[in-house]
Amino acid sequence: MLSIKNLHVAIDGKEIIRGLDLEVKAGEVHAIMGPNGTGKSTLASVIAGKEGYDVTDGEIIFNGKDLLELPTEERALEGIFLGFQYPVEIPGVSMTNFMRTALNEQRKYHGLDPIPAGEFLERMENARKLVEIHDKLTNRSVNEGFSGGEKKRNEIFQMAMLEPTLSILDETDSGLDIDALKVVAKGVNDLKSDKNATIVITHYQRLLDYIVPDFVHVLFEGKIVKSGDKELAMELEEKGYEWLKAETV
Amino acid sequence: MIKTMIAESTLKEKVTSLYQSNKDKIVSNDPPGMETIRQQSFEDFLKLDFPTPKLEKWKNTDIRKLLQRDYQILFGPENGDLDLDKIFHCEVPDFDTEIISLYNGWYIYRDKPLTTLPNGTIIGSFARALQEYPDLVMKHYNKYAKSDLNGLNALNTAYAQDGVFIYVPDGVEAYKTIQMVNILNKEDNLLVQNRNLVIMGKNAKLTLVHCDDSHNFKSSLTNTITEVFMDEGANMKHYKLQNLNNDTSLINTSFFHQEKDSNLSTFAISLNGGLIRNDIHVRLNGEGSHADVMGLYLMDKEQHVDNHVFIDHAVPNCTSNELFKGIIDDHATAVFNGHILVRKDAQKTNAYQTNRNIILNDKATVNTKPFLEIYADDVKCSHGATVGQIDNDALFYIKSRGISEYNAKLLLMYAFAAEVINQITIDPLKVRIDDLVKKRLRGELAVCDQCVLNCKNQEKTYEFKIDMSKL
Repeated sequence: MLSIKNLHVAIDGKEIIRGLDLEVKAGEVHAIMGPNGTGKSTLASVIAGKEGYDVTDGEIIFNGKDLLELPTEERALEGIFLGFQYPVEIPGVSMTNFMRTALNEQRKYHGLDPIPAGEFLERMENARKLVEIHDKLTNRSVNEGFSGGEKKRNEIFQMAMLEPTLSILDETDSGLDIDALKVVAKGVNDLKSDKNATIVITHYQRLLDYIVPDFVHVLFEGKIVKSGDKELAMELEEKGYEWLKAETV
Repeated sequence: MIKTMIAESTLKEKVTSLYQSNKDKIVSNDPPGMETIRQQSFEDFLKLDFPTPKLEKWKNTDIRKLLQRDYQILFGPENGDLDLDKIFHCEVPDFDTEIISLYNGWYIYRDKPLTTLPNGTIIGSFARALQEYPDLVMKHYNKYAKSDLNGLNALNTAYAQDGVFIYVPDGVEAYKTIQMVNILNKEDNLLVQNRNLVIMGKNAKLTLVHCDDSHNFKSSLTNTITEVFMDEGANMKHYKLQNLNNDTSLINTSFFHQEKDSNLSTFAISLNGGLIRNDIHVRLNGEGSHADVMGLYLMDKEQHVDNHVFIDHAVPNCTSNELFKGIIDDHATAVFNGHILVRKDAQKTNAYQTNRNIILNDKATVNTKPFLEIYADDVKCSHGATVGQIDNDALFYIKSRGISEYNAKLLLMYAFAAEVINQITIDPLKVRIDDLVKKRLRGELAVCDQCVLNCKNQEKTYEFKIDMSKL
């Protein structure tokens, strides 16, 4: 599904990602862990197509398409979803309308007619139940005045609405209390199928108690320095990143 | 430089000599006392001249270019071959209106210049009101406008012969929305100087929609003054819609005089126009009065818009709220100048002012100047002004959900404008203005899309599928 080869990314001439390789197949959950400032969020942003990053080498192929050639919106239409670490507040744009517009753009892209009102409402209702967010929130402006936990749940809500093929959840666990974390994790688990895949970016092992990854990768200084299964996450939790630093030097 | 100066003096000379040579026609309709006001104003104009950027209030709006053009002035009405039915065909659903219009500055229905509605409301031609109700008119005429004397206002008072007159008696609610439409359509460039007077009795209610439209592509200049007197408890909703061609200039000056417990809500929605200047003066003259002064301007190309708002808190316990928002593209320029004066005894004043702007590129310019002048000590006043760009983080967020850049920008611009539109309390009008704003943002609004009137091209289906009414 996703194939990243020898990816090099720089911001303002400073190299952040230095030769990263990653293969993700349908049905898999990958966790990317690592200390702060090692390029985890940069990787997520580059896959989603955020401006301000120079890809100096390498490629990202998604279902046979060269992602780096596509604008942000087309990547999303191809099935990429980014769960933001810091979801943006957009005053004046209601959640409902935001989602209807996004869904209809998606349908148009696939040659379908706009979503019928009834179907849309049903989908909203189901997605809302999944992440336990109140319908009051979906009537409000996008993320405006939402608490930290509500914002993160709202990301999963959007993921449920848009049914992406590949979801990248960037530090979705940060700032969540344990109850909210469980809700978010349950949402992600319920949406999992053998046709989609998820990349969970996290600093702590905690989230991985609830979203069980098939693979764990450790990102350090712009490279994946170690890959393994969920045991690796446990080991990291126990020994800290210092242990890896020592090992990789 | 010499050429410019000659040209500048030309319009002054022209209006001076035309005034003198057409004085008989100008004063022919004047009730007692009016000619003196005219003569005084004419002399004021000779002294003051047209405003230049040397004056603080005109620093960012240079009208000298406009003064170099040659204009025709009409000293009497001419309806030409206008097909009234074609223009005055309104299809705003559930929007019951009484339409009164000015054609090239003159009241259009010459055969029925003044109408008295069953509830006593009088609407029609200002010129005719001067004849039929001289005492009523002269009690208020030029009483409020003289508070801000400049060359343009003086010239208007010297020249103005016709315009719209509205009188709503005590306790009467004008049962329909009154639409006042100024249409410019003439082979030559016109200088139009009409005068409108609105008198509202105690507890009277009025909704007035005031549209300025071009019907051709001539470079006309309108210098219009509207005076509004609101007696105790009067309630007025006032919507100005401006959709003019790119060569037309509009200097629109309003004076609102509010007595005790009166409530004003006035909007200036500038959709298109070469140069638009809205001078809005509100005097809160009776305790418990309130004014909402709102504006939205969407300018591009070489257009220029200037909103000057002066709110005079003359007595205690009054409130005012200003919200002006603008989106500026291309080489367009926007000016906002908000002056709030709280006089010495005007304790317990609440006055708020906000001006927010989005500029879409680095060639567009915004000059915004809040100015609070406070002489009382127990007041709440605030102001805020911002000039920014489309929020890139928000844009990325929206695009990351598969929404195109074009639609993402439209969503953000519309959301920005909607804060003003949502303050409109008349639903059919809100929908219509909403429609016009959306069209304008998409670049689909033509000058011939006449504001509230010519609704034949009303939006039905578009590729852009966002249901903005649900926002």
